[in-house]
Amino acid sequence: MKIEDLREHLCGIYPDLCPLFSIEFGDGVLCVSHERLHQAASDLKDLGFDRLGMVTAVDYGEEFELVYRLQSRAMHAGIFLKARIKRETPVIASVCDLWPAANWQEREVFDLFGITFDGHPDLRRILLTDDWVGYPLRKDYEDDRIIRRPDYI
Amino acid sequence: MTQTSTSDVTPDTAETQPTGTEPTETVMETVVNIGPSHPSTHGVCRVVVHLDGEVITHCEPIIGHLHRGIEKMAENRTYLQVVPLTDRLDYVGSMYANWAYCRAVERLAGIRVPERAEYIRVIVCELQRIASHMMGIGSTGADTGAFTAFMYTFAQREKVVELFELLCGARLTYNYVRPGGVSRDLPDGWVEQCRAFTAQHPSAMLEIDDLLLGNVIARARLKGVGVLTQVDAVAWGTSGPIARGSGVDWDLRRDDPYSVYPRFDFSVPLGDNGDSYDRARVRVWECVESCRIINQALDQLEPGSVQAEGLPRLLAPRPGDAYDHIESARGSLGVYLVSDGSPRLYRMKVRSPAFCNLAVLPLLAKGHTLSDLVVILGSLDPVFGEVDR
Amino acid sequence: MAFVDDLGAALDKTPGGGIILTSLDALIDWSRGKSLWMMPMGTACCAMELIAASFARFDFDRHGSIPRPDPRHTDVMVVAGTITRKMEPAVKRLWEQMPEPKWCIAMGNCAVSGGIFYYDTYSVVRGVDEFLPVDVYISGCPPRPEALQDAILRLREKVSAESIVPSRAKPVKSILPQPGDPRKGDIAAEGGEPS
Repeated sequence: MKIEDLREHLCGIYPDLCPLFSIEFGDGVLCVSHERLHQAASDLKDLGFDRLGMVTAVDYGEEFELVYRLQSRAMHAGIFLKARIKRETPVIASVCDLWPAANWQEREVFDLFGITFDGHPDLRRILLTDDWVGYPLRKDYEDDRIIRRPDYI
Repeated sequence: MTQTSTSDVTPDTAETQPTGTEPTETVMETVVNIGPSHPSTHGVCRVVVHLDGEVITHCEPIIGHLHRGIEKMAENRTYLQVVPLTDRLDYVGSMYANWAYCRAVERLAGIRVPERAEYIRVIVCELQRIASHMMGIGSTGADTGAFTAFMYTFAQREKVVELFELLCGARLTYNYVRPGGVSRDLPDGWVEQCRAFTAQHPSAMLEIDDLLLGNVIARARLKGVGVLTQVDAVAWGTSGPIARGSGVDWDLRRDDPYSVYPRFDFSVPLGDNGDSYDRARVRVWECVESCRIINQALDQLEPGSVQAEGLPRLLAPRPGDAYDHIESARGSLGVYLVSDGSPRLYRMKVRSPAFCNLAVLPLLAKGHTLSDLVVILGSLDPVFGEVDR
Repeated sequence: MAFVDDLGAALDKTPGGGIILTSLDALIDWSRGKSLWMMPMGTACCAMELIAASFARFDFDRHGSIPRPDPRHTDVMVVAGTITRKMEPAVKRLWEQMPEPKWCIAMGNCAVSGGIFYYDTYSVVRGVDEFLPVDVYISGCPPRPEALQDAILRLREKVSAESIVPSRAKPVKSILPQPGDPRKGDIAAEGGEPS
């Protein structure tokens, strides 16, 4: 399905989501507020996005951006769902109840970014050891074991 | 390879604990720790298995023993310097990670890739699929006690590795697919050697299929073991042979076509029952289909340039984020890049198929015996470089 | 080992015992060197080359190097791949489970020094020699199976110089630069002339 068709389809069913939809680098992006994230994800699932491809986060200094990549087999389309949360209160609703695939992925985001997912059944560190201090993928992560690479460029 | 020899390496989980809190309950639960260094975990995976007798009541894979922080390292590298890092993600199929990353960079920077480079990418990646599946099928054999099949599949794998060695000089980590094309053109005589390989490979696969999957012992060990239903396969986000073994008709090469795949005629093998046997079978037939794709691509290969013209030495795409995915041997491998306009990446995230596929292990292993666990884990074919990144 | 150690010490003190000791050493070193069973500590990419090495084309069985996944059966641990901080205790423990005498081969740049994962990473141990005594280093990312073959043969040389009486062990010529040695290409140490 073309991205424009997807936009029309989405706007036809959920007119309230329509103004949040944009197209970046050929991908449909839906930016919602973090309170609405779970509802929007649930709506998209009802629309036919049955696969959760990826959950990740990006550290933008003041805010974290949560990025969900959803995919629909029936429509042959993919869409991004994005939500921003404040750095001081890194809490967002879990989508584990919609897609079990989110279980490990959200654990990974918790492990590396320290973002807490409300309603996650088993939120523990997954990649690092349980006694690890800090969240390595945050931009301000400090670790005296890191040796910075000299600047060659 | 005995399944009971566990190298318990952490003292805290190796104890046997009776958990019958109810006085009427007589079930004795045994906790067995497998790994992180165990011959049948295919890498450094630790699985804590709760057993009732010999039946698994619950199991939990503990991953991260190979977490090398590649995503963090990429944040201090230029776009070209990240390509060798992606080699080390999925070390059984390095070309895929190269390609997925390069596609994301090309999308971000708006690079058009010459047609010949696209064809070469398709050829090397289909060869890589064969090499990777040879590992997967072979280890299925090794897990079920048919070690001979591993020797047969590895002989085929060595042939592919030899082709790659001619191409880029390395046996495992190729660094071949680069943003804007591939690093160099095919050497003289390579096309003929590749044709010679694809000519003999389908018959070799038939032999392996007959030897391993036609074997009554392997069938008994694989059939009905680790059944993943179609609904679960979609809900848990599995992809690749795992999902297709469960009958999920989803292949990015056909359903979200990228590169020059729409020009090829190939079919997507599917399983019916979603058990370990079907997953192994899907891999066997995918290899044969890959040979078909390679032959068509070699036929359509035209002379031309293999690198996009006028690329700056230092890529600095405009700020934004891009995602692209390809169908790797393990499933849909995606790379998500964020650029802030500087020559360095702001963030790289690898959507690794093996990570998502491994998450279904507790679901599949429940109710099976401990000896079946290694078969199920082997049929998921995880590569821990990619699971842990 | 206690018996062999006692025997060695007794023979060393006996007049004329040196002849027996030399013959005994030759026998023991020969048998040890020709059956260096490997503990394949394969964690990452190099593990693939380790598997390839023991298969039909490279066939390490002919050197007597049979991979055994059980640490208690093995003589030489081949650390092939990146060791992370999460993996380090496991490797240490497996090393401790191996019976003496034991040797260690660091296969690949990651096991030698951290290799490509030396800079910018928070979870990688920079070289397995941070916690294990390494006998042979193989560089390469990953090294070819032939390089591993060479390492096994080098290790055999080292084993053949050993003696059951530690003071009688022959010195092994190390190709690694010793502390104070001028390194190849190290201009300052060689007096300004690059070799």
